[in-house]
Amino acid sequence: MEPVSSFPLFTIVFSLFSGVLCFLLRGRIAKHYTIVYELVLIGMVTAVLLYTVKNGMAFTYTMGEFSAPWGNEIRAGVLESVMALLFMVVMFCSVAAGHRFVNMDIDESKINLYYAELNLMTAALMSIIWTNDIFSGYVFVEILTLTSCGILIVRELGRTTLAAVRYMILNLLGSGLFLLGVVLLYTMTGHLLMEPMQRTIASLSWNPDVMPTLIMAVGILTIGLSIKSGLFPFHYWMPDTYGWATPTSAAILSSLVSKAYIFLLFKIYYRAIGINVFERMPIRNILLVLGICGIIAGSWSAIRSNNINRMVAFSSAAQIGYIYMGLGLGGISGYTAALFHILVHAITKSQLFLTTPHLAEVSGESLLFKELQGSGRRNRDAGVFFTISALSMIGIPIFAGFSSKLLFGQAAMGHGNKKLILVMLALAVSSMLNALYFIRTVIRIYTDDPRNHVKTRHRPDYIPSMLVLTGCNLFLGLFSWVTAGLIQTGLSMFG
Amino acid sequence: MVFTVFLREEVSAVLEHLLINNEEAAAIILFGIGFTMLLFQQNLIKKLIGMNIMDSGIFLFLASMGYIEGRKAPIIADGVQDTSAYINPVPAGLVLTGIVVSVSVTAVMLSLSIRLYKRYHTLDLDEIYLLSRHQMEDR
Repeated sequence: MEPVSSFPLFTIVFSLFSGVLCFLLRGRIAKHYTIVYELVLIGMVTAVLLYTVKNGMAFTYTMGEFSAPWGNEIRAGVLESVMALLFMVVMFCSVAAGHRFVNMDIDESKINLYYAELNLMTAALMSIIWTNDIFSGYVFVEILTLTSCGILIVRELGRTTLAAVRYMILNLLGSGLFLLGVVLLYTMTGHLLMEPMQRTIASLSWNPDVMPTLIMAVGILTIGLSIKSGLFPFHYWMPDTYGWATPTSAAILSSLVSKAYIFLLFKIYYRAIGINVFERMPIRNILLVLGICGIIAGSWSAIRSNNINRMVAFSSAAQIGYIYMGLGLGGISGYTAALFHILVHAITKSQLFLTTPHLAEVSGESLLFKELQGSGRRNRDAGVFFTISALSMIGIPIFAGFSSKLLFGQAAMGHGNKKLILVMLALAVSSMLNALYFIRTVIRIYTDDPRNHVKTRHRPDYIPSMLVLTGCNLFLGLFSWVTAGLIQTGLSMFG
Repeated sequence: MVFTVFLREEVSAVLEHLLINNEEAAAIILFGIGFTMLLFQQNLIKKLIGMNIMDSGIFLFLASMGYIEGRKAPIIADGVQDTSAYINPVPAGLVLTGIVVSVSVTAVMLSLSIRLYKRYHTLDLDEIYLLSRHQMEDR
């Protein structure tokens, strides 16, 4: 066995270990340690990606001494590695760019605990990506929920605690439903590992008496994970949660945590249920409709908000809608578009959440639009980075957002007239709405302000990570075929 | 007339199913009670109790599915090695894992409730929301 094949497990164990270690370290040292260890993880995940691309096949790593239908497994293919690489890059950039705000927002004695939570969260994210066992998936979903609550409440305002409580309550409803779905699937198939479960379901699904129960189990599981990831109509917790968190937490919660739930859901559809069985279920169409509703509702709420963070948070709800629309469209092209959009949104949204506090800083610490007027002139680099990611969100060519919209359009082409018209209309309307609120904001931050806000200069230590995110954004925009090709290779070895 | 006979037969069939699978039916009813409590109660503590009832429902479901009448826990006793003498240990293991998760989530939620109570002196979520709007901490 080559050393690379144990890297996926190592990323999880190393993250758990780092979480405990940061608990013991002092704040500043914990920060430096976290940055270095995340670089190591990026290296490992890249090695796994290169290895799987070179070999052209996925590998499984058996844990413990019990093999396939009983034991627990970790599986790494191209798709998992691409996701893990993206997650680690965004995590690294969020930590490196937001640490000054972490120092400002959090009591000094608790900073090491913040990094401990982040590292435990990394462990949960990595295991959700690599795991081959749906019950392990459930356990790490709960760990992810607890740690995301943790990185929310470290900022000790009344509003963040309230937001965290509401976030937790919805998440607990979601976890309960997800667990029930998992248990139903287990009692029907007798398996927890995804591959044996898929084989059993494939033979069960031709029995007309079993299909309704199967649809119910998958439906319950889907509702659970869609509540957690914020699909319409469960998106209303987003602005409070993201708007009051410290910038690093907001970036990670919006771009990684909700995506991890979607990825797990997709993985269950594709690997545990079997995509052929799933495409015979009516759940797909419901996801398509709810996704489109989410796109419109999210954009509409974003237009009506008066606070920049709330606007960006509501735009997240719209982008989650896009991803579910892709899952609902189905077919390789639909799934490719959805997975590609996960990457695009993670990169763009984290950049938005990491630049808005810099704009607020030169506007009297206010996130309200009327105070932000002219902030792009007062802090030029934050203005530029905000504009780049806003343009990507709208879907201007050369930026990543354009490529994903193109992929959604191409995916819709493969379907009948009804779906084609529905998706095209949704894309057109949402692009227009996106343009409306993002262009309005960009104009606002570049309009000269007669009032003189105090200019505060800080060390521009967030610029390197912003450049990395912009680079990823342009790469996904200009060379989208590379990533889309990787995703398709991953899908072909996923089933 | 035909319809009522049909209905009666349908209802009795459903009732029979429920009687045979009484543990599963109880589990799902418990899940429903807990779920609605978690969703609609405004008091934080009641919400948490609802969450625990919901989880207990799932654990009862798992445990009853894993249990086969007349068989024993999978610990080899009296030298009997035949698998047909024992039940499957995996559901019990899942229940234990689930209980650990549920306990830790409850602990975190209780600590959050304490923090909210210290700040707002109430556990009613609506009241807390109104209070938090009054003392705006807008940046």
